[in-house]
Amino acid sequence: MQIQPNPRISQASSSPEEAEKREPVPAAAEKLKVVPKSKVGARESILADGVFRGIVVLCALTILVVVGLIVYELITQSRLTMSKFGFRFLIKQVWDPVAEDFGALPFIYGTIVSSVLGLIIAVPLSVGTALFLTELCPRWLRGTLSLLVELLAAIPSVIYGLWAIFVLSPFLRVHIQPFLAKYFGWTGLFTGPKYGWGMLAAGIVIAIMILPIIASITREVVSAVPRVQREAALALGATKWEMLRVAVLRNARPGIFGAVILGLGRALGETMAVTMVIGNRAEIVKSLFAPGHTLASVIANEFSEAVGNVYTSALIEMGLVLFVITLVVNALAGLLVWSITRGMPSRSIA
Amino acid sequence: MPNPTHTISLRRSLTNWLALGSIATAAFIVTVPLFLILGTVVYRGLGGLNLAFFTQIPKPVGEEGGGMANAIGGSLMLLGIASLIGVPLGIGSGVFLAEYGRNKFGNLVRFTADVLNGVPSIVIGITAYALVVVVQKHFSMLAGSVALGIMMIPTISRTTEEVLLLVPQSIREAALGLGIPKWRTILSVVLRTASAGIVTSIMLAFARIAGETAPLIFTTLGNQYWNTSLNQPTAALPLQIYAYAIMPYEQAHAQAWTGALVLISMIMITVILFRFIASRGAVKGAS
Repeated sequence: MQIQPNPRISQASSSPEEAEKREPVPAAAEKLKVVPKSKVGARESILADGVFRGIVVLCALTILVVVGLIVYELITQSRLTMSKFGFRFLIKQVWDPVAEDFGALPFIYGTIVSSVLGLIIAVPLSVGTALFLTELCPRWLRGTLSLLVELLAAIPSVIYGLWAIFVLSPFLRVHIQPFLAKYFGWTGLFTGPKYGWGMLAAGIVIAIMILPIIASITREVVSAVPRVQREAALALGATKWEMLRVAVLRNARPGIFGAVILGLGRALGETMAVTMVIGNRAEIVKSLFAPGHTLASVIANEFSEAVGNVYTSALIEMGLVLFVITLVVNALAGLLVWSITRGMPSRSIA
Repeated sequence: MPNPTHTISLRRSLTNWLALGSIATAAFIVTVPLFLILGTVVYRGLGGLNLAFFTQIPKPVGEEGGGMANAIGGSLMLLGIASLIGVPLGIGSGVFLAEYGRNKFGNLVRFTADVLNGVPSIVIGITAYALVVVVQKHFSMLAGSVALGIMMIPTISRTTEEVLLLVPQSIREAALGLGIPKWRTILSVVLRTASAGIVTSIMLAFARIAGETAPLIFTTLGNQYWNTSLNQPTAALPLQIYAYAIMPYEQAHAQAWTGALVLISMIMITVILFRFIASRGAVKGAS
């Protein structure tokens, strides 16, 4: 139980007069005669308290202001294309800077496909890791393993990109892509020239990058499942896996779903590593071997070289689209995680 | 079997072991990319690691040698200025959330901080571009610092709130009971008690932005030479790695790997060091 702060103590410093009024013991009232002397100090400290409070409120306000500015700038700076193309911007497939004709569809497609691909690879692995860390891992291994997963999150995007260009892509080209083309080519997802880089490589890099975040939130959600649930399942004769399935996973499902959605939010905004391996071609192609483009990668690639206001405006509108998508996705995820870990301190996602 | 009357069927026991086996395998697989990436960075980057790398600026394309001194220096300056923006605002808003934030406004700030945390870094880059580059009419170190500083705020503020809430209420009451005003209590007692946690939060934010490239591309732009002016384009380590990685020259690639090694070492050392400090801080708080 949390102890409520004693109102008399907290008021004593702010209003000595009131404390004097309420003082029932005459002997103690004698002592209170020193109060008038320190009254100036009390008033100063009220002022100082107010100033301090004002400063921290201002700090907190900057967060609101910054987010407000992000929204404001994205909208005002993309006015040009908004009025020129309207909502058709979102469904057009053209990307022609010379003719100043722009459409975002190939980029939205690339963003969604690469992120979903990343999720498909990352979700089983990270949920498995989280379950292993909370339920199976021997104590001596737990610290090391969670440190390793944490370090994976600390590697900068640009280094993932570097590695993906020079190590992952050649490996995919030589070993994985021929295999996939041979056995799964009939699906239409694995056809065409095998460059190594392209949508598949981007999906794999995204998967590696979102593993730690999904794993760490799933871990939190799973630890929030009450111990009695596990004990009850075991007492009914469940094997360990049945216990995990029935007592842990079923209870933690909305939270795990939230973790996955949060991972999706990260995947959608992932920029550098994707830019470096996705191939940067604004086309919608079914094959995952083909190069693609994402909202983030086109901004990173073309923004500093964009000539003309319409071009810049189109890129900023892409940023706006990306912002809105991630906002919706993150809000959804936050709601789901909150529904499970309610009452527990929510860790900020670093 | 502990209970002879209840034996588990073969199918159930098999499923059990299969499932547990795949869970353990998943955990193992997850660590593989870490070792692969770290291994490659060390293997390919170590060769180019010499004094020149830390003391010289890049040589023109195609020439041997040269270093990334200006990029390392540029990164440190960027991080320093970003911290000047991000750390006070982050801690201040964290203090607000923990000490004054049990109300609707506090919840709004909390929610907005989480929103800000989820905004893709490239979008923050666009905002810094619009706020600083468009106004100044040229790329600058300031623009990049603003972008990175903004990214630090939500991380620091939410973690600061968390560690401040861990400080026992009785400590606050003891200080207030001695007649110490609330602001003084927060500054000298609460913040000091939680200092290890706050330092950790700063370092986490630091590690997060140290490798950021996306918001720098069109704010600080990059520079082949030294720059110490706030108003000029500046080289930064992640930018330099990116630029070299996409160049078609062997020497550039080698430099990129060495740059990656330096960058990753800086970040890893920070993370591990401050994880250590945090664990010691936790022990201190428990006693």
